[in-house]
Amino acid sequence: MKNFRYMDGAAILRLNRETCVGCGMCVTVCPHRIFGLRDKKAEILDYNACMECGACARNCPVAAIYVNPDDGCGCAAYIINSWIAKVRGSSVPVCGC
Amino acid sequence: MDGFVETPAGAVPRVKTTMTGRDRCGTVKARTGIARTNYKVIPGLYCVGTPGPESPVIVTANYKLSFDALRKELAGIDAWILVVDTRGINVWCAAGKGTFSTEEVAFQVKATHLAEVVSHRELILPQLAATGVAAYELKKKCGFRGVFGPIQAAHIPRFLRNGKQADETMRAVTFTLRERLALVPVEIWLLWKLLLIVLLVIFVLSGIDPDVYSLAATWTRGSAAAVATLLAILAGAMATPILLPWIPGRQFWLKGMQVGALTGIAAVLLSSGRTNIIGDLGLWVWTVVITSYLAMNFTGSTPYTSLSGVEKEMRRGLPLQIGGAALALVLWVAAPFIG
Repeated sequence: MKNFRYMDGAAILRLNRETCVGCGMCVTVCPHRIFGLRDKKAEILDYNACMECGACARNCPVAAIYVNPDDGCGCAAYIINSWIAKVRGSSVPVCGC
Repeated sequence: MDGFVETPAGAVPRVKTTMTGRDRCGTVKARTGIARTNYKVIPGLYCVGTPGPESPVIVTANYKLSFDALRKELAGIDAWILVVDTRGINVWCAAGKGTFSTEEVAFQVKATHLAEVVSHRELILPQLAATGVAAYELKKKCGFRGVFGPIQAAHIPRFLRNGKQADETMRAVTFTLRERLALVPVEIWLLWKLLLIVLLVIFVLSGIDPDVYSLAATWTRGSAAAVATLLAILAGAMATPILLPWIPGRQFWLKGMQVGALTGIAAVLLSSGRTNIIGDLGLWVWTVVITSYLAMNFTGSTPYTSLSGVEKEMRRGLPLQIGGAALALVLWVAAPFIG
């Protein structure tokens, strides 16, 4: 993955080290290896590599991690449809992916 | 299918760890898009080898490609395979969409009476299911605890040999040339309906000329525009994914612009004599923006772009692409009237 970097500062990912119990599940599940453990607490080592898959947040037993909760595959067609849906006030967009 | 293994919870179908001609044919159909959806395995319990009560339980999605990817790596291994109902969607996408969930895994554990089949209480989950499955909640819901195995099925034998320990290479997602190539046929296939409409419009518009309408121009100019469109599809949905790590920049619409700029030159050279300089400019702009849009759409297939990032780049790229496409059409229609 070293050859692939996406836009810096775009991903929505927050870790609350106060709440963290240091179980290390986020370290285990992250497919981009962005977490580490320091002083028995999780820390974000490479924030800009986050793709918002949400695996860390889902597996955090104390809800210390927040990730952009919007799901959807992230293709342009999906996002255009989600914008249209927002304007129209209609329900969940689809893209056919 | 390769017979059954008798268990206290009934007979469990045993599957082969080799792929037949029919399996490969199905893979090709799914990968090209001919029959990509509705390629499912019936959810439930399966096995490979001759598993017993102590054998590991590996969980996967009910997309046939996911199931095949797993079983073909399990040669010489005795294991149970628990297939959960993800509506025929692969592990990662299903986890993202919420169908590969804690509840679904717990449901299948109960429905298959897994507790009667094995003596241990442990499930090996694909790491990419973590987006949908909370391992800490599984125990409460079905009595089995979840352990995240490797991302790739190919690493499972090593994972099992290592005492169910995954090393860093098993835990990090990759996006190799091979993996990107596998996505290309579907990227192109999904465009065919849109392409038909676009080509129809292009041919009709190409006929407009100072003599009201020219059928000859419909063909000569129309074919030049059609070639440019096809080149743009190859550039955006094939060349960009293949060359992805080597194209400068991070935003996909910008990567596409660069590939499109070069492809546009090829489109102009190929159109030689069929239009004038204004028309050539229109062709070039058209190729650039179509390539850029398709490159941007590829973000949905990569394993490293965040939804927030894609939205951000689309707010920049899309107005330019729409404006560019409009400009290209104006230039194309105006060309026979100027010069």
